[in-house]
Amino acid sequence: MQQARTEIASAVEPIIDRWKNEEGPLLPILNGIQRELGYVPRESLPIIAEALNLSRAEVYGVVSFYHDYREKPAGRHVLKLCRAEACQSMGGDAVAEKLQKLLGIRFHETSADGAVTLEPVYCLGLCACAPSAMLNGEVIGRLDEARAEEIAAEVRA
Amino acid sequence: MTINIYIPRDAGALALGAEKVAAAAREEIEKRGLDAKIVRNGSRGMFWLEPMVEVETAEGRVAYGPVKPGDVAGLFDAGLIEGSAHDLSLGRPEEIPFLAKQTRLTFARCGIIDPVSLEDYEAHGGLRGLRNALEKTPLGIVEEVTDSGLRGRGGAGFPTGIKWKTVHDTEGAQKYIVCNADEGDSGTFSDRMIMEGDPFVLIEGMVIAGIAVGATKGYVYLRSEYPNVHKILNEAIDAARAAGILGKSVLGSEYAFDMEVRVGAGAYVCGEETALLDSLEGKRGQVRAKPPLPAHEGLFGKPTVINNVISLASVPIILDRGGAYYRDFGMGRSRGTIPIQITGNVKHGGLFETAFGVTLGELVDDIGGGTATGRPVRAVQVGGPLGAYWPRDLFDTPFDYEAFAAKDGLIGHAGIVVFDDTVDLLKQARFAMEFCAVESCGKCTPCRIGSTRGVEVLDRLKQGIAPEEQIETVTDLCNTMKFGSLCALGGFTPYPVMSALTHFPEDFRPAPMREAAE
Repeated sequence: MQQARTEIASAVEPIIDRWKNEEGPLLPILNGIQRELGYVPRESLPIIAEALNLSRAEVYGVVSFYHDYREKPAGRHVLKLCRAEACQSMGGDAVAEKLQKLLGIRFHETSADGAVTLEPVYCLGLCACAPSAMLNGEVIGRLDEARAEEIAAEVRA
Repeated sequence: MTINIYIPRDAGALALGAEKVAAAAREEIEKRGLDAKIVRNGSRGMFWLEPMVEVETAEGRVAYGPVKPGDVAGLFDAGLIEGSAHDLSLGRPEEIPFLAKQTRLTFARCGIIDPVSLEDYEAHGGLRGLRNALEKTPLGIVEEVTDSGLRGRGGAGFPTGIKWKTVHDTEGAQKYIVCNADEGDSGTFSDRMIMEGDPFVLIEGMVIAGIAVGATKGYVYLRSEYPNVHKILNEAIDAARAAGILGKSVLGSEYAFDMEVRVGAGAYVCGEETALLDSLEGKRGQVRAKPPLPAHEGLFGKPTVINNVISLASVPIILDRGGAYYRDFGMGRSRGTIPIQITGNVKHGGLFETAFGVTLGELVDDIGGGTATGRPVRAVQVGGPLGAYWPRDLFDTPFDYEAFAAKDGLIGHAGIVVFDDTVDLLKQARFAMEFCAVESCGKCTPCRIGSTRGVEVLDRLKQGIAPEEQIETVTDLCNTMKFGSLCALGGFTPYPVMSALTHFPEDFRPAPMREAAE
């Protein structure tokens, strides 16, 4: 009997089909799902497990291991702020404080209006133009308080 | 003749506005009806000058920078396409002292060519190494690499030739070349820069490695924080496949080799080679116990060469010019050149490729020009989050694997992070422990638990609770982590902690706390 196809299953299945016959398919599948949906829904795990002949626990173990995977949908904007040493040396901690205040959220949180998710990242490879951030995949260097205010205004718009 | 205007697509340049500069330049070219085109090159690696725009003139290239989008119209007014003078003129880029002082072997083309143009790549010496390799026996290639003295540039410094020989000598129906592009160390971006600025050199290096050891498949394990690299590398791989550099018959030879990029998911520990292999296989990125070595049982249990990006990207020049040519650069047992990344609070931050032997002081003070804030340099961390903090007293240490080890430090992936005198080394030591706790794969106890206990002990020290006791405890803890951890994450976290404690003891014995109420 054909099961009712949920929205998640219909988003996830083509991604699984693309990768399931490749070597080491699990990370590409999870990356694909997160790219498509902005998170890796709990409901997708049994579908992946069955397709790859893994246990749900194995799939969950992998999902929970990697920092990138979100269990809940992200905000409309995702701001990743570098917290590593090179950015610290250029006042990154102060910028991080400022941004958290401006956005009204702490790291790993999404604003109540769903506008923005703030995530820490340990190095974007922009250490010669620190502090740095990535907003929706676009890189930003030499962050300062003024730039932080612009970013906050942009994600609120 | 169409004039080439170069505007980098390197992430560092993009972070400073290169995309808007390119858009503005495109508009000016159109508006003025100029016979010019924009080439998106890599970066030359001078980030205080980015976005740096270059134009090809009869006398060679002329550079301008740092260019803001608002400067573009004025630059065209001044006659940028003839290379005319302007306030932002930098003259010939190769004569800028920061570049003129370098020895660019691995990065010879970076910032010069269109990264995804094979024609440009070949016109600047690309594929000569691979063509030479095809004239040799596989063992002959391995010998050339061994002869060059090349050591793993990811940080461990293990001789690349020996690794290749082991895989060459191991029987296996399927072997792999895995490129470690999980460049997670703060203060490093050389992998990113070469993959964005000259991706074919990495592809060529991997193909040569494949021929040398009998591997037909390659993977680049790329960190997810580098989406720009992913795009450029895939463009280059497609071009290489279309040109027959990758595929069933490499340049018409009997050798087959193909490769693909796999993206990680934000785990620092996956830069450790065995954790990386597990991650590629689709598992949690947990460290494997060695033996077996990856050379014997690597990816999917098959013999595998796993090398860092820069190691592999250094192979084409070695096969082009010969192992002896490469080996003639450097000092002691550190042969060839190393791309050093000068970062953090520094005036002239960027990538400086040079022969081993240059001192830390030359790099920070002369080449880097001191701090960006203008305050005195107090400490530098070399080698990423697992590297030691160095005081000025040790700035005469030459860049050399053994010389660094002798002073209880490590070169790692050759990133230098500069700090001014506002740095608090107790806070940095605590961060090292905290980072280890966040990123520990959890497999071994010293790393998993030790790092958390380390944070607690340093917090008590910060609060002034029995400082001598805390220092004794953290020293003991570091000793346990150093000798009891399975990999470099737990094993090397003691480097930043103990170096901070040893060289900056004053930060660990805070002034008496303000009068407590008790």
